[in-house]
Amino acid sequence: MSVDKEKMATAPQRNISMASMETLHSAGAQQTGLATKIEARNLNFYYGTYKALSEISLAVAPNSVTALIGPSGCGKSTFLRTLNRISETIKNTRVEGEVLLDGVSIMDSDVTALRRRVGMVFQRPNPFPKSIFDNIAYGPRINGMKGKMDELVENALRRGALWEEVKDKLNKSAYALSGGQQQRLCIARAMAVEPEVILMDEPCSALDPIATAKIEELIFNIKSQTTVVIVTHNMQQAARIADKTGFFLMGKMIEFGPTDVIFKNPSKKETEDYITGRFG
Amino acid sequence: MGTPIRSRPFDVELDQLKNMLLEMGALVASSVHRSILAQTERSEDLAHQVLRDESRIDLAEIQIDDFATKLIATQQPVARDMRLIVATIKINTELERMGDLAVNITERSLATMHLGRLEDGLYSDIAELASLVEHMVLSVLDAFVKQDAEAARNLMASDDAVDRLRSKIGNKLVQLMQSNPELIPRALNLMFNSRSLERIADHTTNIAEEVIFLVNGTDVRHRFNASREIEGLGAPVLDPQTS
Repeated sequence: MSVDKEKMATAPQRNISMASMETLHSAGAQQTGLATKIEARNLNFYYGTYKALSEISLAVAPNSVTALIGPSGCGKSTFLRTLNRISETIKNTRVEGEVLLDGVSIMDSDVTALRRRVGMVFQRPNPFPKSIFDNIAYGPRINGMKGKMDELVENALRRGALWEEVKDKLNKSAYALSGGQQQRLCIARAMAVEPEVILMDEPCSALDPIATAKIEELIFNIKSQTTVVIVTHNMQQAARIADKTGFFLMGKMIEFGPTDVIFKNPSKKETEDYITGRFG
Repeated sequence: MGTPIRSRPFDVELDQLKNMLLEMGALVASSVHRSILAQTERSEDLAHQVLRDESRIDLAEIQIDDFATKLIATQQPVARDMRLIVATIKINTELERMGDLAVNITERSLATMHLGRLEDGLYSDIAELASLVEHMVLSVLDAFVKQDAEAARNLMASDDAVDRLRSKIGNKLVQLMQSNPELIPRALNLMFNSRSLERIADHTTNIAEEVIFLVNGTDVRHRFNASREIEGLGAPVLDPQTS
């Protein structure tokens, strides 16, 4: 993905005014006392005629980490992508049911504003082909933020647990960073626009244990500022970082509950068989 | 959901761990049985077998802990696998202590073996107590093998019968010592041995609690739910969810 600096400066892609985004943001902020930040209700999702998700209902508390686990093809990533309507970018798909952010249907929101409030980090780090500094500054710039960009970039990199490692090379290409550093840069980039929810789709699957540990520490630290929903194949990772865990199987959510209960004494046999590795 | 279940290499290791614990359990059950027989039948041979087996029990304790620790480190167990390993480690400790108590009974029996016997009724009470305790030991091992929480729960009720019988023996021995101070050394010996048998029953009850934890995932220790307050004290019990 190539991003032109001049385009960034003039921000022509914006299709929502700052005023309306601020309204959306403050609407969310006013409701932080709610027990639920984001919620799916009776969600079904279809790829053509294939029903990939069936009646998913799940409520995520604010400032919590929720892990979604399950075998490949169970629908957990599909579900994640419905939470900020990235699923809409796939042709011939259809959603039924509701996703509520602060109690308001996300279908009622402007999609760009929604994705600013609900950020996403992908399996493979995807930094822009630009400097470390510009990777962070990109989002705030296109959202019309002015002044004190240095401060904003530093804060975002600190939140991304990357500042100490890159503070002397902010103008170097993001591609010069290691895989783990690139992923932390992507998380810092997502955090730079202060999202209320961050969706992470297997963010550590390509990383070594040290880089993984840093990302996990980062997730723990950003929990005070945002709400995290993470898809992971690493069950120990779910056990380490998540407050709640949901187990998906064949498009259904089999069990959802406190992580320690899921890993100590799950109520469903399917959950037990999966987390103990008895699935063939 | 029709998802195929596969056997795992880990299952073989878990079976190995269970078998190690059962072998140790059998060894401890034998020691308890022999310690009582050594006393009631005044058999030095049986007593020495108990003393010899102590080191085997100690070695088994170390081997089981070592193997269980290895499985935690290498397999990172969760759910029932995790509960099995945690329960095994705790049961292992309980069994080793039961073995120590059998040794205590044996040593006291050896020390007074050359002295005359007390009245027969006392020995029959001790034999009844020993029979109850032995039954509990074997039953709890059976409940562990069958992973039978109901059997474990039923067994916990036997502990009350043991306590009552021990109390009855204690009262008889106090009366005996009051009426005939010359018998105090031998009577004290029986008193301590009945106390050791009662302690073995207590450890058996602890094992039964671990079996229930293993099967149901619920903690029934100390007869209160860990998420509730201790009645009467008003102090909240530590709850990992909130503490």
